[in-house]
Amino acid sequence: MQIDDTDRRLIRQLLADPAQTTAALSARAGVTEATAARRLARLRARGVLKGQEAVIDWPALGWAVEVSLRVTLDKTAPRAFDEFIDAAREVPEVLEIQTFLGRVDVRLNVIARDMAHYQQVYRGRILTLPHIADIEALMHVAEIKTGERLPV
Amino acid sequence: MIALDATDRALLRALARDATQGAGALGRALGLSQPAAWRRIRRLHEAGAIKGRRVVLDLPALGLGVTVFLGISLATKGRVSLDDFERAVSAIPEVQTVQHVLGLYDYRLRVVARDLPDFERVLRRRIMTLPGVGQVDANVLLSEERRPGPLG
Repeated sequence: MQIDDTDRRLIRQLLADPAQTTAALSARAGVTEATAARRLARLRARGVLKGQEAVIDWPALGWAVEVSLRVTLDKTAPRAFDEFIDAAREVPEVLEIQTFLGRVDVRLNVIARDMAHYQQVYRGRILTLPHIADIEALMHVAEIKTGERLPV
Repeated sequence: MIALDATDRALLRALARDATQGAGALGRALGLSQPAAWRRIRRLHEAGAIKGRRVVLDLPALGLGVTVFLGISLATKGRVSLDDFERAVSAIPEVQTVQHVLGLYDYRLRVVARDLPDFERVLRRRIMTLPGVGQVDANVLLSEERRPGPLG
């Protein structure tokens, strides 16, 4: 589908404040409310705008530790990726599963209540996942920039 | 810290899937009256359990075909260089997220670009010229999935 400047303006304004009304959004994007509603409906119908998800503040719920685990898999096992990812989905503390082309194969975002709990999750649920060849951890210290903007 | 009961957790799970649902629809799905659902949702927001909304977009349809994660180590460290680096990296439009991490790298960046040549341009002209930047490690994102997290 062809995305024009009007679509891009609407998407930029939506990213800036996803919860705003169509009336507010259309005013900021400089189009009529009817145009904004029609354009947004079209973007949704074509799958460009897939939806909106509430972002949960895990630290506010008592999950203070967040760790990025970068995993290299044993690729000699033919179904290493699928079996690893299927097993990782069963771990409730895993928030994100990403696969990569590069030095790292899979990255898991894991949260825990505190360091003692993290140690328990890491030993009991992560290291027991299948086909791990190597694993390294990055502990999140601070979010400097969060993804509410895109160069569209 | 906010204490959650089973209904609160079900509301958070539902909103993390689709944040645009109203209190009426959520209440019907969970066997609550519209006002009761509304009060609970307001309480979750006020307690900071929900920190905002994420707009989910088909990035390739918007001309952003490549997402790359960069691990960056600073060559020179110190209070001033961290501030300078964070300010400069946050100003790059293609850099969606910046996380300060502990481990093999100092920072983790999520970068979007039109394609690999465009990514190379961003890397050479914007990233490698950042103040204090040392070693850079890049992994191209192939797939990504978000999990509901420990709300069971």
